Amino acid sequence: MKAVCWEGKKNVRVEEVPDPKILNTQDVILRVTSTAICGSDLHLYNGFVPGMERGDVVGHEFMGEVMEVGPAVRNLKTGDRVVVPFPIACGECAMCRQDLFSVCENSNPNGWMAEKLWGHSPAGIFGYSHLLGGFAGGQAEYVRVPFADVGPIKVPDGMPDEQALFLSDIFPTGYMGADMCNIKPGDVIAVWGAGPVGLFAMASAYLLGAERVIAIDRFPYRLQMARERARVWETINYEEASVLERLNELTGGRGPDACIDAVGMEAHGPTAMYAYDRAKQALMLETDRPIALREAVQACRNGGTVSVIGVYGGFIDKFPMGSLMNRSLTIRTGQCHVQRYMRPLLERIQRGEIDPSFVITHRLRLEDAPRGYDMFLHKRDNCEKVVLTT
Amino acid sequence: MTTATHRTDPGGTSQGLFEDPERVARGLGWFSIGLGLAELGAPRGLARMIGVNDDDDNRNTLFALGLREIASGVAVLARPRSALPMWNRVGGDIMDLALLGRALRADSSERNRVAAATAAVIGVTVLDALTAQKLHAGTRDGADGKPHGGIHVTRAITLTRPREEVYWFWHDFENLPRFMEHLESVRVLDQNRSHWTARAPAGTTVEWDAEITDDRPNELIAWRSLPGADVSNMGSVRFLDAPGGGTEVRVELRYDPPGGKMAAAIAKLFGEEPSLQLSSDLRRFKQVMELGEVVRSDATVTHGPHPARPPELDEIPDAPRAIEQEALEGAIR
Repeated sequence: MKAVCWEGKKNVRVEEVPDPKILNTQDVILRVTSTAICGSDLHLYNGFVPGMERGDVVGHEFMGEVMEVGPAVRNLKTGDRVVVPFPIACGECAMCRQDLFSVCENSNPNGWMAEKLWGHSPAGIFGYSHLLGGFAGGQAEYVRVPFADVGPIKVPDGMPDEQALFLSDIFPTGYMGADMCNIKPGDVIAVWGAGPVGLFAMASAYLLGAERVIAIDRFPYRLQMARERARVWETINYEEASVLERLNELTGGRGPDACIDAVGMEAHGPTAMYAYDRAKQALMLETDRPIALREAVQACRNGGTVSVIGVYGGFIDKFPMGSLMNRSLTIRTGQCHVQRYMRPLLERIQRGEIDPSFVITHRLRLEDAPRGYDMFLHKRDNCEKVVLTT
Repeated sequence: MTTATHRTDPGGTSQGLFEDPERVARGLGWFSIGLGLAELGAPRGLARMIGVNDDDDNRNTLFALGLREIASGVAVLARPRSALPMWNRVGGDIMDLALLGRALRADSSERNRVAAATAAVIGVTVLDALTAQKLHAGTRDGADGKPHGGIHVTRAITLTRPREEVYWFWHDFENLPRFMEHLESVRVLDQNRSHWTARAPAGTTVEWDAEITDDRPNELIAWRSLPGADVSNMGSVRFLDAPGGGTEVRVELRYDPPGGKMAAAIAKLFGEEPSLQLSSDLRRFKQVMELGEVVRSDATVTHGPHPARPPELDEIPDAPRAIEQEALEGAIR
């Protein structure tokens, strides 16, 4: 089959690889119909995720048709159309039983690697490094899906791929970012990053009852998407204005009730701190550039919540712990527990409360994935979200 | 998961200076670093002090010896309870003595000074060797033939299954190879005895008979190898109620690695870390208890490294067979 393979920094290629096989009794094999390039795939692409090896099949946002079913699978059969959550979760361990699927205790066979870096291991993830299990990803014609009774959900007849696909990651991830803010009526929510996850966090903040949402980015087309498609109240271009001053103006000096970091480890900024972080990262003195995160902490109102859904990999520097501690802030974070959100969000789509396809700007064939990565990375042609079809 | 890897405390009583060989080792480590810094920083003065000619050759030699001295000092301080860095120091001392012997014969040397330096180095060599021996003795087999030294690892894991079920699964030693990667097979011989076969480095296998030394239902199983084992070893597993429900499993293993300490140190360089091995075994144990099978990924199902892409069928010789067997076991349950 054809699959998108990571071949080193800024190098992905569509290669011919063996077809997937059933390896565990709860596996299914899918024929992938639609898959997408995620912002977190760009962290792999840029070489910031440890534990990648040449030839790894990438991709963790995908859906398709069940072709083959393992002997222990009960809920799915050949021909079912499903969308698959990106964290692999067993459904039986203590974490899964508490709906903390992205920290499943059983789904990372390379847990020892993650333990060395992070103390304990989270769940395995499709196509996202050997540190997170060494599972082949879904930017491919076929993919093996473990724990098929736990993760995938059936897509209702008549719902197009483009409406269901983002239940695999970015819609639930953005939604969890807003959910962690514990939004109450009257709340003002600021979101750093108007990429696809940021847009879903903004839209979800409104779904959960926020009064006003403010979007922060540096690309005018992304801020425009936030205004037009996520209906945000205000936007701030951080290359044109001081984010902290502007947020204080917009919130009567209080600061936003909650701040969502939908940027993560490769943040940019116009300040000297950006040059500092860039240099430290290049010298391997810190792994992540927490520019958006620092700003989110400083901006947040006293007693407010900072919700982190942008991906971080390792260690950060100059974290404003004093601000966090002295002002009674709460930090909430995590890879999304997608399995928890899929069904309720599918119902919201069915009720017409949201149509997730609003983030798509580019539709390419799987063979064109390398062009999609390059375009997404360099924000060419106002690229927001690339969907690949087989 | 909690972890600990440590050596057994030095056994036996001793007197005087060597009551605490670890402290002596630390002292020697710092001495090593100090001497090394002097060799690097003041080679001329040092050359004069030990009575050798202050020429380029000798200065370069002193520079190299300084680097070696610092490295060996750091190694001793990093593992002051380990005999290996101390033996390494003894090796360095012998090298120094050989160089001083050559200097004694050289015409350009001041023989009295060289002789004094040689005497000092001999003194240090004796101290190093005694310390190394003492540290080594603390980790050697005891008189009772039990594995006292070598490797001692403890690890713990928590499962959602009830204590009784976990105990009975482990109690059937023939289940152990399902999650202990290095075990090829365990055959139960009678109520107390079993025959174990394990994979060893370089494609070899090691075998031993073991007996159960303690067995308290739902609480504890302990075993040890019988005399004549290829690898003498002992182990125990404790089962406790986890505070939030489920079972805590605490495993302790002691064994003398095949090929001795050197082989163990080399194996460690190639990633065969005993505590990591036990930790991965317990991860698979949890998977088998909670899910009925070991979780496989594209990169971990093959023998040896493999990218995260579907393997060819002939790269996974045991997978289809294993799945059929697991399905069968699932059906029986």
